[in-house]
Amino acid sequence: MALAGLFLITFLFVHLGINLLLLVDDGGELFNRAAHFMASNPLIQLFQWVLFAGFIIHMIYGIILQVQNWLARPSRYKVEGYSHLSPFSKFMIHTAAIILLFLVIHLVNFFFKAKFGHIGEVNYEGMVLEDMGGLVRAQFQETGLVVFYIFALIILAFHLHHGFQSAFQSMGWNHSRYTPFVKILSTLIAILVPLGFIAIPICIYFNLA
Amino acid sequence: MDFKLKIWRQKSAAVKGRFETYKVSGITGGTSFLEMLDVLNEELIAKGEEPVAFDHDCREGICGTCSLYINGRPHGPDDRVCTCQLFMRRFKDGDTIIIEPFRARPFPVLRDLVVDRSSFDKIIQAGGFISASTGNAPDANAIPIPKRNADKAFDAAACIGCGACVAACKNASAMLFVSAKVSHFALLPQGKVEARERVQKMVAKMDELGFGNCTNTYACEAECPKGISVENIARMNREFLSAKLVTDK
Ligand code: HEM
Ligand code: FES
Repeated sequence: MALAGLFLITFLFVHLGINLLLLVDDGGELFNRAAHFMASNPLIQLFQWVLFAGFIIHMIYGIILQVQNWLARPSRYKVEGYSHLSPFSKFMIHTAAIILLFLVIHLVNFFFKAKFGHIGEVNYEGMVLEDMGGLVRAQFQETGLVVFYIFALIILAFHLHHGFQSAFQSMGWNHSRYTPFVKILSTLIAILVPLGFIAIPICIYFNLA
Repeated sequence: MDFKLKIWRQKSAAVKGRFETYKVSGITGGTSFLEMLDVLNEELIAKGEEPVAFDHDCREGICGTCSLYINGRPHGPDDRVCTCQLFMRRFKDGDTIIIEPFRARPFPVLRDLVVDRSSFDKIIQAGGFISASTGNAPDANAIPIPKRNADKAFDAAACIGCGACVAACKNASAMLFVSAKVSHFALLPQGKVEARERVQKMVAKMDELGFGNCTNTYACEAECPKGISVENIARMNREFLSAKLVTDK
C-alpha cells in the first residue's frame, strides 16, 4: 500500500512535468511531441500497465484496510475523536473516493479519447501528430470542468499531505535525523504538485498561455 | 462543585446499553475522577439502585486498570495521565461529563464501563516474552547494553497496557501497544534472539483478534498516559518487514 502510494507519487511528478510543457509558448508543439512519445514508445506502453497495477493494488489494499478499520469498532462513541491530531489523516478514504471519481472523468476526457476516439491532428514539418494540446485547450474552456479540476486537485493535496509522510512510517523508515525532513517534504509535495497541475487549467481558461 | 454525568449503562455483554443521566454535588477539586464515581455509587447504593461498574485497581497510575472514555478522550482531558490521576478541578462547576466505555470489537463491554481487555493478554501470550530459562537475576552490567538502547527499551517498557491507544484510535488499532512490547524486547540482547518470530506471532494475533490497522494518525501517542512514542510503531513495521523477508523456515 505504502510502496504503491509512493510509486503513484513518482508518476504524478512525471505527469506534471509533461503537462507543464503546455505552458510553453510554442502553439503546443513541445507538449504534442511529448504526448506522442508517451503514447508510442513501447517501453512506456509497457510501463503503463505497471501504473495501472499500481493504482489497482493501492485501491484494493486501501479499501480492505478501511473496511477492516470500520469493522474494528462496531459500536461508535457518542462523543467522538477529540484526540485526533492531523485532520487530513481522518479523511483518507473520502479524499480517495473523490480522487477516484476525478480519475474516471479524467480518463474519459483525455486518455480514452486519445486511445479510442478521434482527435484533431497537426503537422510539424511533415510529422503528423495528434493534437493533444488542442484537446486540452478546448476542454479547459468549460467553466464547470475547470472548477471540478481545481477542486479535485485540492483534495489530492490533502491525500498527499498525509500520504507521503505516512508511507515512510508504514515502511518503518523513521529516524530522528530524517523524519522531520520527510514531514516538511510531504507538505511541500502536497502544495507544489497540485499547484502545478492547477496552474494549467487556470492559465488556459484565462488565456494566460 | 456540581456535575451532570451521562454514563453508559449496560447490564451485560448480551444486552443493549444506553446513557443514563445522574447528578453529583458537593465535589471538591481535589477529588479524583474515580473518587467522584465512588461518591455517585454510594448514593446509588443508598437509594437501592445498581452502582455503576468501572475498572480500577492501583489508583496511582501504574497498573493500567482504570479506563473510561471521558468527553471524547480516553482517560479524560489531561495529557499523560490515567483516569485515576485525573482530578475534578480539571472540570468547571456545572459541567456535563459524558462517560463511555473504551470501544473496540476486541474489547467487548462486560458491564457498564467495564470492558474485557484480555485480548492484550492473548497478544502477550503469542510471543511477548523471552522463553529462555534465565536462572537467578544476573549481575548488573554482565551483558553490555548501549545506553541508548537501554533508554529506548525502558521507554517502551513504560507501557502499562491500559488500552487507551486502542480507545483513541479511529481504527481501534493496537499498534502502539504491540509495538511497545515488540520494541522493548527487540532492543535488548536477551530479547533479540527471538525477535523475528516474536514480531510475526504478535502481529498475527493482533490481526486475528480483530484490531484495526494503523493509518498513522497518531491519536494513540497523544492519548498514551505513558507517552509511548509512535517511533515504536515504525520500529515494529521495520522488524516485521525484515522478519517476513529473511526468517529461516
Ligand atoms: C495519484 C493518486 C494517489 C496517490 C499519489 C496516493 C498516495 C497515497 C499514499 C502515499 C498513501 C499512504 C500509504 C501508507 O501510509 O501506507 C495513501 C493512502 C491511501 N490511499 Fe492513496 N493515493 C492516490 C490515489 C488513491 C485512490 C484513487 C484511492 C482509492 C481507493 C486511494 C486510497 C487510499 C487510502 C484508503 C489510503 C489510506 C490509508 C490511511 O487512512 O492512511 N488512494 N495514498
Ligand atoms: S487504577 Fe491503576 S492506573 Fe489507574
